[in-house]
Amino acid sequence: MIKDYTLTVTNQIEVADTIYELTLAGAITKDPIAAGQFVNVKIPNPAYILRRPFGIAEVNVAQGYIKLIYRVVGDGTQILAQLSKGATLNVLGPLGHGFPSEFLNQNADVLIIGGGTGLPPLYELSRRLYHEGHHLDIALGFPNKQRIFYEAKMSQFGHTMVSTDDGSYGLQGTIIDLIDQNFTDKSYQAIYACGPRGLELAVSAHFKGHPHAYISAEARMACGIGICNACVLHTTADTSGATNKKVCTDGPVFHINEVVL
Amino acid sequence: MTTLGVQLPGLDLKNPIMPASGCCGFGEELGNLYDLNQLGAIMIKAATSKPRFGNPTPRVAETPQGMLNAIGLQNPGVATIVAEKIPKLHAKFKDLPIIANVAGSAQADYVAVCDQISRAPGVSAIELNISCPNVAHGGMEFGVDPTAAFELTKACVNVSAVPIYVKLSPNVTDIREIAKAVAMAQPAGFTLINTLVGMRFDLTTRQAILANQTGGLSGPAVLPVALRLIHQVRSVCDLPIIGMGGVTCAEDVLEMIIAGADAVAIGTANLTDPFACPEIITALPAVMAKYHISSIESLIHERKGKLVK
Ligand SMILES: Cc1cc2nc3c(=O)[nH]c(=O)nc-3n(C[C@H](O)[C@H](O)[C@H](O)COP(=O)(O)OP(=O)(O)OC[C@H]3O[C@@H](n4cnc5c(N)ncnc54)[C@H](O)[C@@H]3O)c2cc1C
Ligand SMILES: Cc1cc2nc3c(=O)[nH]c(=O)nc-3n(C[C@H](O)[C@H](O)[C@H](O)COP(=O)(O)O)c2cc1C
Ligand code: FES
Repeated sequence: MIKDYTLTVTNQIEVADTIYELTLAGAITKDPIAAGQFVNVKIPNPAYILRRPFGIAEVNVAQGYIKLIYRVVGDGTQILAQLSKGATLNVLGPLGHGFPSEFLNQNADVLIIGGGTGLPPLYELSRRLYHEGHHLDIALGFPNKQRIFYEAKMSQFGHTMVSTDDGSYGLQGTIIDLIDQNFTDKSYQAIYACGPRGLELAVSAHFKGHPHAYISAEARMACGIGICNACVLHTTADTSGATNKKVCTDGPVFHINEVVL
Repeated sequence: MTTLGVQLPGLDLKNPIMPASGCCGFGEELGNLYDLNQLGAIMIKAATSKPRFGNPTPRVAETPQGMLNAIGLQNPGVATIVAEKIPKLHAKFKDLPIIANVAGSAQADYVAVCDQISRAPGVSAIELNISCPNVAHGGMEFGVDPTAAFELTKACVNVSAVPIYVKLSPNVTDIREIAKAVAMAQPAGFTLINTLVGMRFDLTTRQAILANQTGGLSGPAVLPVALRLIHQVRSVCDLPIIGMGGVTCAEDVLEMIIAGADAVAIGTANLTDPFACPEIITALPAVMAKYHISSIESLIHERKGKLVK
């Protein structure tokens, strides 16, 4: 059930250059949250009337918290980065649809592809898939060494390889180079990707026709709940017509054949 | 007389609050969050004769205490709205008066859509959108020209089975001239304001943030402009006005009524907080008591006594 929760900051740490992990405690974990769902966060300053969308990076039901991981890119994230323990935030969620996984066979081979701040929702997904007994290969791309986060945490769940655009760590190249060089010997039952639009386009082209390749799309949003039509995409079935999908309610996770990124 | 109730042509409102067009879809999503029967009414998303995808994205940009939007009247077309969207909303929320927002690019489209949508069960009134700033043809073109606005209103009033409220644009030199011309076509009332045309640029790319270049400004930043324009229209005519523009709380609602409105729509505030409307309705009685306002109708009555034409 979507609610406007008041959550309390219980921890905030800088996990890499300009990238923060924010722990928020409160009632939001009492209802089910799917991996890949997101929240729309009110910036605690009345000058900013649009909420900011962030993927849910971790759900801890037992301890009653969620984590968000975000990069400081503008005013809103700058304000969030200054929050300290005890501060409260209005968080609307959980929103959208998560990554489908109910079709997976037992002990399925799965490929996880994360680019930069696209990684957060994939952490929660990987955590769950690993505990369900699936075998994960994980390809992560970052701009450079300073911006790498969660490499060790992701490694707990499967064979993890990293590329950087500038070669300052891991393989120098794109995430597709990384996949081509390291992850070609298995046929994966599912592929899950989240990252910048360029990464998602490349993943969509690379795995074209795969029955279970999913991306989590980004869009400029306002409401996050389907009432404003800010976040629409054309569908591949009707690339220029009036048919559309809303990233906030029909997504953010789509099959790679479903929408025009 | 109840504390919050307001009677307007075609609209028996249990309270003066309704979500504004484009900020509540067709009621489906908000209807999953709270009981829409609590609302005075609902103004559903614009209907055009054919389905429209709308403008390319990005369609929204933030501004200080406000936002720009250039949605471009995305909607599934009047046929689908009448066959699916309105029946679904009406079946779930029987006590909710529906105000259908009608847009188009030519007079004949407006007339055809009004004819069709005004006969849909559950539709209590039409909001004639002659003020959308985000489409290349039609929309605001009608709303900034007194003669075209009069002709269009007259043609729609003639075919409609329900009262018509004409939505006025703030993007004009003198809103009183448009209001006076439209009033001659005898609509039931006015709604105002639609959004103010604006732009924002990205410092990195040096491009406009919105794909459409320009968009409509809404939210708290426009409240004083809306109040002044409502006051101006009120000074030249007695027709009911549904006021909107930047309202976020019960105090703003009362201020709109003092300025000249008879009911109040809430737009952008729903995007910031989807529970904005029920929260404002709940807050109204205490704020009214604080200012010794016994009922909304009494505040309207008091204003009528004071307004000098
Ligand atoms: C479904 C979804 C999940 C996301 N998850 C994450 C995440 O887990 N971690 C993370 O770091 N970022 C994530 N983002 C991107 C994040 O929303 C933006 O970085 C953030 O809104 C920027 O806010 P700002 O005020 O700092 O930037 P500003 O540029 O000052 O923001 C101005 C406006 O533009 C919007 N905006 C700016 N950049 C983006 C963007 N890339 N995508 C969408 N809207 C944008 C803002 O929301 C705001 O309305 C996600 C976006 C979406 C749509
Ligand atoms: C995202 C968005 C979409 C809108 N779509 C419509 C529309 O389809 N038809 C219309 O008449 N007005 C539309 N409007 C204008 C609002 O109904 C309202 O007149 C305006 O936003 C001012 O009120 P506010 O400041 O409370 O938002 C839209 C506004 C927004 C923010
Ligand atoms: S963000 Fe409003 S409809 Fe998706």
